[in-house]
Amino acid sequence: MSVIVYTENWDGKFKKLSFELASYAVSLAEMLGTEAIALSLGDVGDDELERLGQYGIRRVIHLSGEGLAPFDSQVAAGIISHVAAREGARALVLANNNLGKALAPRLSVRLKAGLASGVHQLPSSINPFVVSKKVYSGNAFARLELQGEIKVLTLAQNSFDLVEQAGEVAISREEAVAFEKPAAELLESHKQSGKVLLSDADIVVSGGRGMKSPGNWGPIEELAELLGGATACSRPVSDEGWRPHEEHTGQTGKVIAPNLYIAVGISGATQHLAGISSSKYIVAINTDKDAPIFEAAQYGIVGDAAKILPRLVEAVKALKS
Amino acid sequence: MRILVCISNVPDTTTKVRFADGNTRLDTAGIQWVINPWDELSLTRALELKEEGGSGVEEVVVAHVGPPTSDPTIRKALAIGADSAIRVNTGASDAFQVAAQLSAILKEQSFDLVLCGIESSDYNGSNVGGMLAEFAGWPSVSAISGLAVAGGEVSVTREIDGGREWLRVPTPFVGIVQKGIAKEPRIASMRGIMQARTKPILVLEPDDTAPLTRVLDFEPPRPRAACKFVDASDPAELIRLLQNEAKVI
Repeated sequence: MSVIVYTENWDGKFKKLSFELASYAVSLAEMLGTEAIALSLGDVGDDELERLGQYGIRRVIHLSGEGLAPFDSQVAAGIISHVAAREGARALVLANNNLGKALAPRLSVRLKAGLASGVHQLPSSINPFVVSKKVYSGNAFARLELQGEIKVLTLAQNSFDLVEQAGEVAISREEAVAFEKPAAELLESHKQSGKVLLSDADIVVSGGRGMKSPGNWGPIEELAELLGGATACSRPVSDEGWRPHEEHTGQTGKVIAPNLYIAVGISGATQHLAGISSSKYIVAINTDKDAPIFEAAQYGIVGDAAKILPRLVEAVKALKS
Repeated sequence: MRILVCISNVPDTTTKVRFADGNTRLDTAGIQWVINPWDELSLTRALELKEEGGSGVEEVVVAHVGPPTSDPTIRKALAIGADSAIRVNTGASDAFQVAAQLSAILKEQSFDLVLCGIESSDYNGSNVGGMLAEFAGWPSVSAISGLAVAGGEVSVTREIDGGREWLRVPTPFVGIVQKGIAKEPRIASMRGIMQARTKPILVLEPDDTAPLTRVLDFEPPRPRAACKFVDASDPAELIRLLQNEAKVI
């Protein structure tokens, strides 16, 4: 028996999300009275794999081989379910990110396993298996009962605290058993470099139509940089082409869960709140004191962003010096 | 080339959701039902491709799993421009069941490309597209933000964490579609609405696939504490609060 946690890597490296997954899987394995095994695919060194040991992982299965690139969910699901069956997995844990969302539904069908995506806490009971997830774009939680011998869960980013439990890690390196070949042919790829990724950022500074023009984004970028965070925007702003589409946070854009979200000149339409409601703290700066964003925010300033932002930048600079 | 666009029937995204019967079901009173926003974008792109010369796309069909009460939403898709529709007649209760019913359509009829929205705005699962591909034994490409078809050859833009890839994908496959695939959802014209009345909706009966998940109940999110206002004359106070009280910077 086991809980298998799929720990994706980014150019051979793990990130905080990987350790959140490890912590979650180890806690879930304790509930089920079994061990958590981390499963890693691709090209990752022993030093990196051993970092999972900080978070209670004692066994890592690392698979490499042909057919892992370009990423193909059908191929990867075949490889993962093969290991899951061999290791008697009772649960599989993946991230609720692009890759996890592509793999989990296939694993659910392949293993006839009940799937809950975007879970934010451990199951409230194991038998029956009951777990909670956000539904209606953050406007409610649903308690789901999962059927099947095996359960598949995808964990929402920044929703589960790291649990440190250092110890030795046994790493076994194996050849991946691929049943299919990647269907697609990679023509070109582009990776964002040097900047904090919006999905990973602990702090996000976001601008809306209240910023009035794309030329006014300077202090937003400066504040984000000073705080070690990322910049984002509301939908009208990306639709207008003031900011790139990758920055659009909201129901149809990116759904993020930073520790701090600073919304500047964003009124807070339901669709926008759907993308940011999991933030631990929301700060709103808006000229309209009745803007719905203030209902979601813990801290607010009613006033003109053009005047307030430079003073926030000054205050953060003073704090950092 | 035939494209099947899977559509889900969801409450309008501005709906204030309320629950009934001891929070065990959605209170549907007064709800406006719409095509799931990502499905609507998929349909829009499929229709654009059909109209583009040289794409080789000849027919766009929409598929829906749901009871007859979903028909107004299906008619909306037909009014926007889909050629015909297929509805599997069941109130399926989870993504596994929905995907199983959709995969049955692929056994009955031949399609080159199936498009599914990346998630539905009600259950936010991101499940149906991948499950459908797995049931059908087809490849799939997820998080597609661009789709081009030229002479029957398909290439896509795929969003990955922190980047983007361009792929050529042999058909058939399931494309799981996110924002960016089309600029704006297409709005039905009066002529489209008239034509939709006579376009065919093929009704299929469901198979006996049982669901794998069950919603026990719903819970509204915990209310957040009231907003603490900082005076606009002293923005530095906000930074002090974030540092000393919230401890997030």
